[in-house]
Amino acid sequence: MNERIHVPTAAELLAKGEKADILFWVGCAGSFDERAQKITKAFVKILHNVGLNYAILGTEESCTGDPAKRAGNEFLFQMQAMANIATLNAYEITKIVTTCPHCFNTIKNEYPSLGGKYEVIHHTQLLQELIDEGKLTFGADPFKGKKITYHDSCYLGRANGIYDAPRRILEAMDAELVEMKRCRKNGLCCGAGGAQMFKDAEKGNKEINIERTEEAIETGASIISANCPFCTTMIGDGIKHANKEGAVEVLDLAELVARAKDL
Amino acid sequence: MQYLSQLIFVIVLVVAIYFFINKIKTIRRNIFFGRDQELFDNKTQRWKNMLRVALGQSKMVVRPVAGFFHIVIYVGFVLINIEVLEILIDGVFGTHRVLSFLGPIYNLAIGFFEILAALVFLACIIFLTRRFITRIPRFHSAEMKGWATADATYILIIEMILMAALLKMNAVDQLLQSRSADHYVVAGSFPISQYLTVLFTGFDTSILVIFERVFWWFHILGILFFLNYVPYSKHLHIFLAFPNTWYARLKPAGEFDNMPEITNEVNLMLDPSKADPTMPPPEKFGVNDVTDLNWTSILGAYSCTECGRCTSSCPANITGKKLSPRKIMMDTRDRAEELGKAKDKNGKEFHDGKSLHDYISQEELLACTTCNACVEACPININPLEIIYQMRQYQTLEKSAMPNEWALMNSNIENNQAPWQFSPSDRANWTKEI
Repeated sequence: MNERIHVPTAAELLAKGEKADILFWVGCAGSFDERAQKITKAFVKILHNVGLNYAILGTEESCTGDPAKRAGNEFLFQMQAMANIATLNAYEITKIVTTCPHCFNTIKNEYPSLGGKYEVIHHTQLLQELIDEGKLTFGADPFKGKKITYHDSCYLGRANGIYDAPRRILEAMDAELVEMKRCRKNGLCCGAGGAQMFKDAEKGNKEINIERTEEAIETGASIISANCPFCTTMIGDGIKHANKEGAVEVLDLAELVARAKDL
Repeated sequence: MQYLSQLIFVIVLVVAIYFFINKIKTIRRNIFFGRDQELFDNKTQRWKNMLRVALGQSKMVVRPVAGFFHIVIYVGFVLINIEVLEILIDGVFGTHRVLSFLGPIYNLAIGFFEILAALVFLACIIFLTRRFITRIPRFHSAEMKGWATADATYILIIEMILMAALLKMNAVDQLLQSRSADHYVVAGSFPISQYLTVLFTGFDTSILVIFERVFWWFHILGILFFLNYVPYSKHLHIFLAFPNTWYARLKPAGEFDNMPEITNEVNLMLDPSKADPTMPPPEKFGVNDVTDLNWTSILGAYSCTECGRCTSSCPANITGKKLSPRKIMMDTRDRAEELGKAKDKNGKEFHDGKSLHDYISQEELLACTTCNACVEACPININPLEIIYQMRQYQTLEKSAMPNEWALMNSNIENNQAPWQFSPSDRANWTKEI
């Protein structure tokens, strides 16, 4: 598909007197990080493909404040949150989808008491809904028999109890889901959460992402699926460390769906 | 003689209960060093959690071997204590097996208790084996050296001794019953202790009476000693698991509370109409000492039985970092005890000038990925993450003590609206490449 996609912003729609049904909160990683941009693009292609009426904030979007908060800087977090809430409320946003479980968790759980009350869903939940509603369909067995493992991110899994939506997407694509030993509630962190992404790890005898990647490789899966741009980066680095590039891919569920649909 | 024994029994009982209540009062005071919290929302859910997690042991069985044998000890402990009720009545009134008038029900109960006692004994052996022979790693982390391991061992051994005393008491009792000794009514069934009678058949009845009395006294004194040992020990979880699961957080694990005092400050800056100008500026941000913690965190510390499931599932600990969530809870309890003792000595208003940061280092706090694995792993819903996180807030907000990379990240968020140094105007550049 070579058709150029125009991604509408909330401001642009407002100027036309229109309003999106759902706001896609892209997040900092999805906006700037080269690896995560691929997830963003894959997700937008899916949104476009199913014809959802969505918008982004564009340059009006700002960091949710999650990493500042987890690093203990509550002041900076609340400054960010209040500014974002002002923007979101100005556009009368009611529903938000994010491709980042950290943005998802923060906006869903930590914005309401500061005045930002929205229906917030993670992109894997949206994809699952679209599949259930028959709006997102796949051709004949896109991943039939392909061994895929799934890494539960902490902020989608334990933090918010979402374990099934991502797995149901894999099922819908006919993949053979092979679970890691530590999965669901017992899933092991990739090492990036709590603002660890932005600093060196403390002294230890192993990097957390290596520990997790080894476990994923042990499943024998050729694809490690994830739901978080930071996990994707961390496990991607783990794969490089294990010299398994080419043999094992690390892909977000949005990327898998886009690939299955040849978008 | 009979009255003397009753008198001694009553005195011992009263003294034991007095000391127990006194210690519990001190612990209650120490728990309320923490900050007040409104936690009476959603009572139905709270009762459900307590019934499911504490009474129902739902999280214990996640690890099936330990879970199974723990349930054996737990059920044994609760049910065998019904028999203690009889022992108390007998002790005070000089009766013997006062509940035996219940007939077949009594016999069934005694038989059932014997089987439980044997199972508890077996479970203790298995737990000692896991701890010292198969050496499960989580029982041998750095924080387990010394008192922590001694405490665990004492508890298992005391439980074994108590069970052995109960069974031997019954063994002698049934011999006395069979010899129609005065005072020893024919009552009970003894599926286990019948095999122990061989140890005592060679003795005269008068000696057997002494044996029976010794085991009886040993059993009840042991229980009263144990009652007073528990509040000094990690074993306090047998009581505190219940309130701890009742008061545990109900919000999504990922939600970290917003600090209202900061909301007010931010409102004063951004939108003064929303701010409360009468709210005094906050004295302190985050947690320096146990007095800054939520009181439920200190309750958690006293409830912790140091099983180490949190530590064994912590990604930082697994990869050799210094952080151990179990140590966070142990340190919190130790610090609350230390502050409590200092106040006992020097008065209520006294503060010894020490803090929780004297126990927990910045390196430990910085290793946490806030992944909630420790919170999920805890069989009684203790939350080490809340303490780690609030101590981190103190380091960041009060001391500006943070890694340089975090300082840079913060300034990027402030100036570039992203944790990296990108220009905010480039934020939507990706849309041009699609």
